[in-house]
Amino acid sequence: MAVPILDVSGLGKRFGGFVALEGIDLTVEAGERLGLIGPNGSGKSTLVNCLSGTLHHDSGGITFDGRRLDGLPAFRRTRLGLARSFQLPKPFRSLSLLDNLRIPLLYTVNARHGAHLASGEIEERCRALLADVGLADKARRLPRDLTQVEMRKLELARAVASAPRLLFADEAMAGLSPSEIEEILAVLFRLNEAGITIVLIEHIMRAVMSFSTRLVVLVAGQKIADGTPQEAIRDPEVERAYLGE
Amino acid sequence: MMGLGARSDSPSPALRERAQSEWAFEMGTTKFWIASFVVGFVFLVLTRSFITNEYFFFAGYQVLQFIVLATAWNILGGYTGYTNFGTGAFFAVGAYTAVVLHKLTSLPVPVMMLAGGVISGIIGFGMGYLTLRLKGVFFAIATLALAIVAQTLIVNWDYVGGSRGIYIIRPQYAPIAGSYIQYLYSLMLALTWMSVAIARTIERSTLGLGFNAIRDDEQAAEAGGVPTLRLKLIATTLSGALMGMSGAPLPYYVTYLDPASSFNLSYAVNSVAMPMIGGMTSWIGPIIGAVLLGTIQQLATVTISSALNLLIVGVVLIVFVVIAPNGIVGLVQTRWRARIR
Repeated sequence: MAVPILDVSGLGKRFGGFVALEGIDLTVEAGERLGLIGPNGSGKSTLVNCLSGTLHHDSGGITFDGRRLDGLPAFRRTRLGLARSFQLPKPFRSLSLLDNLRIPLLYTVNARHGAHLASGEIEERCRALLADVGLADKARRLPRDLTQVEMRKLELARAVASAPRLLFADEAMAGLSPSEIEEILAVLFRLNEAGITIVLIEHIMRAVMSFSTRLVVLVAGQKIADGTPQEAIRDPEVERAYLGE
Repeated sequence: MMGLGARSDSPSPALRERAQSEWAFEMGTTKFWIASFVVGFVFLVLTRSFITNEYFFFAGYQVLQFIVLATAWNILGGYTGYTNFGTGAFFAVGAYTAVVLHKLTSLPVPVMMLAGGVISGIIGFGMGYLTLRLKGVFFAIATLALAIVAQTLIVNWDYVGGSRGIYIIRPQYAPIAGSYIQYLYSLMLALTWMSVAIARTIERSTLGLGFNAIRDDEQAAEAGGVPTLRLKLIATTLSGALMGMSGAPLPYYVTYLDPASSFNLSYAVNSVAMPMIGGMTSWIGPIIGAVLLGTIQQLATVTISSALNLLIVGVVLIVFVVIAPNGIVGLVQTRWRARIR
């Protein structure tokens, strides 16, 4: 069995008296496509926030690529190769699409040991990334000129611009039409083929089922199932959580 | 310059295309330093050789000082998106640093400006460090509190005159030819050049792009690898230092310095209003705003009364917030973009 790229053990997070996450154990293998599902408020986004450093967990440990992440600020984790997209797209609104992508390239890729891209190379990479998600002709536009689906694509492109090894796609498809979901899924499949491990946090079951090679189910801050998608959704606890008794 | 990799160093074809489409006058960072120096120097020589009225230098000093304050404010407020209402504190700390040095030593004014910059920069760093968790309006309130704390300290510090204020006797002669006010005017012009060139360098650099990312969305910036903490500290330190430098010659300019006037609210209001009116996204915005508002206020002071100054700033600000929320630069850019599309 391969060495996991991400190893989470006993992760806990509370907000005051509310326990958002408790004793989460999770491993992600390199190259995997992992689906993370759970009802609203089950702690999916909190988990992503804790893993990417937007929030700091209270207990347990996170090991990414053999390194402990506990206490590292978010920007360090991004530089180590752990990228995320946000549930609600957070583009840099005053900057062109090109500059939106230039930021992770300048601050992450160029900050890594041994890599230094000249401004021309950065520009080329930004354009290539935009072309990958079909936004090449909007390179100089501002994010406000984009549609919802384009905004999601920009969000993904910006996460990918940091050349990550592991990508958390946090509800990249919420509110999109079926054909738009297909577009985003195609982008994610391509990224995975290019060698990026992907954790997909999603509500849309059809998308999760077709994308994931493994499924993890969170309910009320606890992991209740972990296995192949078929196994996981047939798990009685999962059925109970989603459908009631 | 502090390892700021200028984005326009080696223009690729794509960058050149951008230069031609967006900015007709795109210029490399080094070139800008030289060109702005030449412009400043020519302006200095022209004004000092052809203008004989002392009042021009007196008023010119004020306008230049506001350009520095507005430019310094804009590094934190405009580029990074953190509203600072404590301009008066940084400015006055610079002035009082000069007072202390004046009493202890006989250092030349430029050295005092450097010292004022260092002290205000340290205070900027401290303020940044203490308020980094605060955002938006809470940060603004904290800066306002800082101004009050600093003023209280100075009021109770007898050595620098306390609330009575202190008289500063100017040296009889200026170190270079001309009157003392012309000398101070020349120093302020040099500082203006430096501040504008620094602001412009930042704007075109990786650092500036990081500042913009923080302004637009701090979480997303951090997720993109931007060390937001470090960048915010750079912004507060640099902004504070430039404000302090502009305050250091003040005791010699006014010859009587007291806390009520040096911590005056008008510095804070003006340094916020000027970039807002000129435009906060570009180095030229604060200059336009400062020249416009500074001149109007000088005219009003001479023709009507200085009591009207803040009212004028308020009215102009309201007009601009309504008709041109992105300032004069924003207005021009919108037209420009509309035309090339």
